[in-house]
Amino acid sequence: MDLYRRRRTRNAVVLTLSFFATALGLFWLCAILWTLLSNGLSAITLDLFTQNTPPPGSKGGLLNAIYGSVLMTAIATAIGTPIGILAGTFLAEYSRGSRIAPVIRFINDILLSAPSIIVGLFVYEVVVLRMGHFSAWAGAMALAIIVVPVVLRTTEDMLRLVPNALREAAAALGTPQWQIVVRICYRAAMQGFVTGVMLAVARVSGETAPLLFTALNNQFWSSNLNAPMANLPVVIFQFAMSPYADWQSLAWGGALLISVVILLLNIAARAATSGKRENQ
Amino acid sequence: MAESNIQTVAPRTEAALNGPRAVPRTHMASAIPARAPQPESPVKVEIKNLGFHYGNYEALKNISLSLYDRRVTAFIGPSGCGKSTLLRVLNRIYALYPGHRATGEVWVDGQNILAPGQDINLLRAKIGMVFQKPTPFPMSIYDNIAFGIGLYEKLPQSEKDDRVEHALRRAALWDEVKDKLRQSGLSLSGGQQQRLCIARAIALEPEVLLLDEPASALDPISTLKIEELIGELKDDYCIVIVTHNMQQAARSADYTAFMYLGELIEFDETETIFTSPNKKQTEDYVTGRFG
Repeated sequence: MDLYRRRRTRNAVVLTLSFFATALGLFWLCAILWTLLSNGLSAITLDLFTQNTPPPGSKGGLLNAIYGSVLMTAIATAIGTPIGILAGTFLAEYSRGSRIAPVIRFINDILLSAPSIIVGLFVYEVVVLRMGHFSAWAGAMALAIIVVPVVLRTTEDMLRLVPNALREAAAALGTPQWQIVVRICYRAAMQGFVTGVMLAVARVSGETAPLLFTALNNQFWSSNLNAPMANLPVVIFQFAMSPYADWQSLAWGGALLISVVILLLNIAARAATSGKRENQ
Repeated sequence: MAESNIQTVAPRTEAALNGPRAVPRTHMASAIPARAPQPESPVKVEIKNLGFHYGNYEALKNISLSLYDRRVTAFIGPSGCGKSTLLRVLNRIYALYPGHRATGEVWVDGQNILAPGQDINLLRAKIGMVFQKPTPFPMSIYDNIAFGIGLYEKLPQSEKDDRVEHALRRAALWDEVKDKLRQSGLSLSGGQQQRLCIARAIALEPEVLLLDEPASALDPISTLKIEELIGELKDDYCIVIVTHNMQQAARSADYTAFMYLGELIEFDETETIFTSPNKKQTEDYVTGRFG
């Protein structure tokens, strides 16, 4: 009886602690979202999507920054996704028994958790200094370097979830290995790939540090990939630090916009994977 | 017991059956009871001094065995005796994994399939295999069958349709799926999935069919259907079945090989193995004294 009571007490204590830990975490999340909403919602107007970033003291929007962010993220995804998928495929399907695979995996894990500012500095050294100027290309490249490890990791994980029995079954029909990978394994892991790409997009669309040294920023509309280009994270950074109320309000609006987009991407990624689980 | 399935093979599919690689069907054979092996059957697969290693572990020791065409041969024995390993040598599926290696010779149609330089993919197309757990590909029922056909033959659509239908009929699945060929193969029940896998294998018109405990993951009714199917298919193929279930071996096989600890203990007609085996170990196993 004594033992029973002790266990009950312990259970109650741990349960209370877990509850408060959860509540604490959720509180800050809600506080952040609330601050974002209360400050940013007023800035979400039609102007935000139709006007370029204004000089201090006048009205404007974030059109050029939204355009820059979307464009650079798209280019980064277009470059990073194939590399990530191919490398992930190599690790999961072709590297059995090879010595280089654990090395690649280790380096990829480092890259995955590397501070993004280092990626920015790297591209600054390699691209920006040689070209002699900041450019959207450099920004997209920096973001692509961040996309690769995310996609690589999810690709490998998803391919490892494909049961070996499926590969054997395909091989037993006389299927060449590349067709087993492309026509069977990729198909089985497709939803996972989509999730990986969505997570990568969510990750890079909020990155500021790699863009500071590469795409920099642009006060005006520019679609020239060889010139500095506006983008949401850097504009938020610059406007939020400024003393002008108009700029600060726009920064809140931009922050809210990015948060909502990332949230939606994460929810979509989650929905895609849970849908897969129900099917099987 | 095979009669119910004979009806599902409609006469109009006979033309499709006589494709380039199909063996002409002997209609008489299906009337002969399962356990009446005809002595004139030729040897299809000749295994000579076969050894097998998983890394340093010796899984098969000096196996020599003949498999006859248009007969069912069962491999029986306790878990870990090497029966599945032996089966996996016959289409070299083991070669997918580094560290697995076979020594000795396996002759199929005058070729040693273990010799270097063999086209493994062509070999596997000729020697079909069905696994313990149903493994439908994540695609439609139709595409599951068409997948293998498309690997080696470029057929016009109508011919491909015929081949798919024929394979599904042969696997006694056509009537159940003919109205939902575009649905995912994963939507079928376990027993149907397994028959889909058999259909997929025979769609390639292989010469040998390897079945690795094809019914062990299925319910009794599905098991019965698979066994009926085996009796039906042996008219055309050399069939090898690995099974844990001795009744299944007794019911469906013409020949039975008893294996123990990586060695072939005894190989004979099924009748002999189950009624008057030569070796004490075989007798102990089939009478249930061990294993």
